[in-house]
Amino acid sequence: MTEEIIIAGFGGQGVLSMGKILAYAGLMEGKEVTWMPAYGPEQRGGTANVTVIVSDDPVSSPILSSYDTAIVLNQPSLEKFEPKVKPGGTLIYDSYGIPEPPKRTDIDVYRIDAMDAAAEMNLIKTFNMIVLGGLLKIHPVVGIDSVLAALRKTLPERHHHLIPKNEEAIRKGMEIIKKL
Amino acid sequence: MADQEITLMKGNEAIAHAAIRCGCDGYFGYPITPQSEVLETLAEQKPWETTGMVVLQAESEVSSINMVYGGASSGKKVMTSSSSPGVSLMQEGISYMAGAELPALIVNVMRGGPGLGTIQPSQSDYFQACKGGGHGDYHLIVLAPASVQEMADFVDLAFTLAFRYRNPAMILADGAIGQMMEKVVLPPFKPRRTEEEIIKECPWATTGRIGGRKPNIITSLELRSEEMEIINLRIQAKYREIEAKEVRYEEYMLDDADYAIVAFGSAARIAKKSIEIARSQGIKVGLLRPITLWPFPTEEVKSLAGRVNGILSLEINAGQMVEDIRLAVEGKVPVRHFGRLGGIIPDPDEVVEVLKSSF
Repeated sequence: MTEEIIIAGFGGQGVLSMGKILAYAGLMEGKEVTWMPAYGPEQRGGTANVTVIVSDDPVSSPILSSYDTAIVLNQPSLEKFEPKVKPGGTLIYDSYGIPEPPKRTDIDVYRIDAMDAAAEMNLIKTFNMIVLGGLLKIHPVVGIDSVLAALRKTLPERHHHLIPKNEEAIRKGMEIIKKL
Repeated sequence: MADQEITLMKGNEAIAHAAIRCGCDGYFGYPITPQSEVLETLAEQKPWETTGMVVLQAESEVSSINMVYGGASSGKKVMTSSSSPGVSLMQEGISYMAGAELPALIVNVMRGGPGLGTIQPSQSDYFQACKGGGHGDYHLIVLAPASVQEMADFVDLAFTLAFRYRNPAMILADGAIGQMMEKVVLPPFKPRRTEEEIIKECPWATTGRIGGRKPNIITSLELRSEEMEIINLRIQAKYREIEAKEVRYEEYMLDDADYAIVAFGSAARIAKKSIEIARSQGIKVGLLRPITLWPFPTEEVKSLAGRVNGILSLEINAGQMVEDIRLAVEGKVPVRHFGRLGGIIPDPDEVVEVLKSSF
């Protein structure tokens, strides 16, 4: 199994940290993982994206031409990465940042209203975990227990009391993601 | 146990952890993207409180490299790291260290040039690293890591080679390897050498004239030409020995290959993906990955000439290593180059297209 994922959105949405938690969870399951950020003079409000590869085999290129799954969280990212999803692949988007929805019919398109859900739950900062929950529902690349273990491992101890909130967010994402 | 823990980190962070663990005595550096995490991680780890390793942010790259010169003169295991423009500033000091035959580690996490260029990945310092960079007839031992694990492993290897041959060594990485996170098993802790061990291992070093021994003088200056030629010949003989003994490379799917890609560092990773894609389309391609860029695996590249119908040099630059490949194959097989410039990384599909149209 190899899952090649691109996560793209605005800086500040938690794109890079969502990728990091996914990669860390893969590592904890003994998988091969690569996390490759499109680093640059990035800033809050600018664009940010990260390629995460989780595989049973050693990972070749950290830089890819096409992806099994694209998670896009703003309009520029949709325009950039929709054409790069492999035929038969998956695209997940949040309608909040994307007024013009995806058009391809040869891929599975899922919508997740994560921003709205985060606002409703009064947990804006767990937006990225809602999205991650959505991904894990349709592609269980890693187990939810591994994600929680990864959070315990990567978050400083003073933030560990927030882990249940993150779990709540992941479960919310699993609940609200829907196929178009 | 804790030594063998598998963890997830950036290539730059792996360099810093590996330095502490291999018994490095001192790091002197100045921040620059995309390698700043080396100094940042060292500052976070505070090795001066544990192993006693010195970590110092100098006022410039010129100072950093001269601090390395000073530390290396006394037989200490010292290093610096920077990215392309910063490494350009260090060239004078590097040439002096090669001339004074000093072991040290310089890490270059390359970004696109020339000039200040971009902060994105590039491999356009191959010439600078392998063909001198500074003035005079000298070489660095140049290692090219292709994974975060190799970033960690090559720190100790670079120091070992540097001390074995009394010559500066360089880890030539790029922004992609520096910034990406992968699984890594950090090397086990080795204690820093004691003063007695340094005196024994480095009888040439300025360790203090204990017992009234003859003074050791560290210099690259010798105004008598006859003497300077003798020094040069000795250094050249050392380089021939390194070329004979220290070539390192990896072969991948070359056994049945009709074509070969030669690539190092992150370009070699991209090449592996391109090979998967090309083979799924019935094109038999393999990879030769030089791990030491100097000494270059000349014989291994030469042997490809009789085995494949064409060689593609995949580099994230305008064509630098391709010259060494052409020298090695002596025109016996077509050699093409492909690269992207200015911080753009070639993607695996475009490499496959280039392969199809090149031969």
